[in-house]
Amino acid sequence: MATGLSVLGRLNNSANALGFVFMLPAATMLLVFLTYPLGLGLWLGLTDTKIGRSGEFIGLANYKSLFDDSVFWLVVFNTIFYTAVSSFFKLFLGLWLAILLNQNIACKSFVRSVLLLPFIVPTTLSAIAFWWMYDSQFSIISWVLLKLGVIDKYINFLGDGWNARFSVIAANIWRGTPFVAISLLAGLQTISPSLYEAATIDGATPWHRFRFITLPLLTPIIAIVMTFSVLFTFTDFQLIYVITRGGPVNATHLMATLSFQRAIQGGQLAEGAAIAMAMVPFLVGAVLISFFGLQRRAWQQGAKD
Amino acid sequence: MSKTASKSNAAPLHSEGGMDYLITRQRKFVTVYLPLLVFGFVLLFPFYWMTITTFKSNDDLYDYEKHSPFWVSNPTLANVKKLLFDTAYPDWLFNTMLVAVSSTFLSLFASVFAAYAIERLRFKSSRWVGLGIYAGYLVPPSILFIPLASMVFSLGLFDTRWALILTYPTFLIPFCTWLLMGYFKSIPYELEECALIDGATRLQILFKIILPLAVPGLISAGIFAFTLSWNEFIYALTFISSSEVKTVPVGVLTELVDGDVYKWGSLMAGALFGSIPVVVLYSFFVEYYVAGMTGAIKE
Repeated sequence: MATGLSVLGRLNNSANALGFVFMLPAATMLLVFLTYPLGLGLWLGLTDTKIGRSGEFIGLANYKSLFDDSVFWLVVFNTIFYTAVSSFFKLFLGLWLAILLNQNIACKSFVRSVLLLPFIVPTTLSAIAFWWMYDSQFSIISWVLLKLGVIDKYINFLGDGWNARFSVIAANIWRGTPFVAISLLAGLQTISPSLYEAATIDGATPWHRFRFITLPLLTPIIAIVMTFSVLFTFTDFQLIYVITRGGPVNATHLMATLSFQRAIQGGQLAEGAAIAMAMVPFLVGAVLISFFGLQRRAWQQGAKD
Repeated sequence: MSKTASKSNAAPLHSEGGMDYLITRQRKFVTVYLPLLVFGFVLLFPFYWMTITTFKSNDDLYDYEKHSPFWVSNPTLANVKKLLFDTAYPDWLFNTMLVAVSSTFLSLFASVFAAYAIERLRFKSSRWVGLGIYAGYLVPPSILFIPLASMVFSLGLFDTRWALILTYPTFLIPFCTWLLMGYFKSIPYELEECALIDGATRLQILFKIILPLAVPGLISAGIFAFTLSWNEFIYALTFISSSEVKTVPVGVLTELVDGDVYKWGSLMAGALFGSIPVVVLYSFFVEYYVAGMTGAIKE
């Protein structure tokens, strides 16, 4: 066993060799099931593969046909609209909730944990609850509004294009707000109270304190949280698949649900892969905007790398 | 709401409350508690609705005029009974549990070594490997499921639990590694150097010094990974087709909805019982969960 020991001994002393061995499990998993599929997806998008039939290279034909496909452009619009509106509200409501939770309130940690529930519960399952609340005949929301005299007939939540869009956006905001709020709360707690005290003595109003203390100090965290939020809203699948399946008449289809429909349900694997790949430029754009926005902010605050 | 809590005499009572003495109790009620109540109502109502629907009989469920929709007038366990005995629900629950636990442990195992290597061994280009893993975190499942489906098919894993156990780590490993790197960073180098001088190997250091000190991080990563795999939907929907290997979210959606007659009672029961395990786990480890969530973002 002497040689075995010496090999182990040498391994123990070489950071590079040991690092390689330690990285092996994670790297193998990620290369096989993450990097390779990414490349495979790119390749599939350039072929005419169908389920059960391997395809041949056809260049950019899939992307060309998508370019002329009005449904695809409607879906791109839907996805951007869905992401923009729900991200805006998630940030606004999440920031507000975070500021509320940062006050001295009774049972703070209990309140905080309970309000995070929408984020914990499986999205598919809470989406089913929303689906039931949006039911055309038995919607509790319609019933209450009717009893209050706000409306005079049941709202057709999921049967009308724009109603359906706003209904799924509402469900997305419901699920995403606690995540944004709790993350921002962690950022708020790092801001020293003495800053607020000093500003108050100088006569700053609550709005001034928010605008000139909270917001600038919170910007880096906001940028990161919103990058994640935008990324996962843009590629959202579960909510739409459960509540509307993309209907009515594609009004709520997102790029992810369209690619699922074409690739898995329709069997056109290649076309689905092309749609999925078409999401990548948007995602890279979102990440870059946040990254450079963040860099600028860090630089302004005099931070070093 | 008496006026005793005016500015002047409230100050000494609330010295620990920061600048709270500057606002009156009434004002605080309107600006803090009232909005919080509204937030709480909106955020929790769907769960209330889910719960009471589960225990409603069909009469209650579809007649709002005779029975108030906000309360259960004739509670029944019929929906729960149907769910547990007439569907494959127990199987789905078992599958979800098995897949979530296995993929969590697999990811934790790989992540512990990876995080230690990147953060402590400082091998050549470890910084870039760390960034690469972070980039992996930004790749959403909805752009991977099509190529993964074709891989799963050609590997012969289609319609098996292995398909999920092996693919879930793609989003769990980046997250866990990144979180654990943050924890390892906070452990002083000196401890490790002492152990090295005493002749400990890197493996001994990892298992006897680093890991015991990083237990909170391990719990955070584990809890978070478990809930992420419990919630996963698109892979499970794509890679599984037989009822007996489905997970709860997929099973509830694909098997409890048939045609136009929505079985709302049993659907809500399925949603409720699929949520309870994660909620219970979460309630025991809230602090770890929140630490995991915010820790991964702050890094």
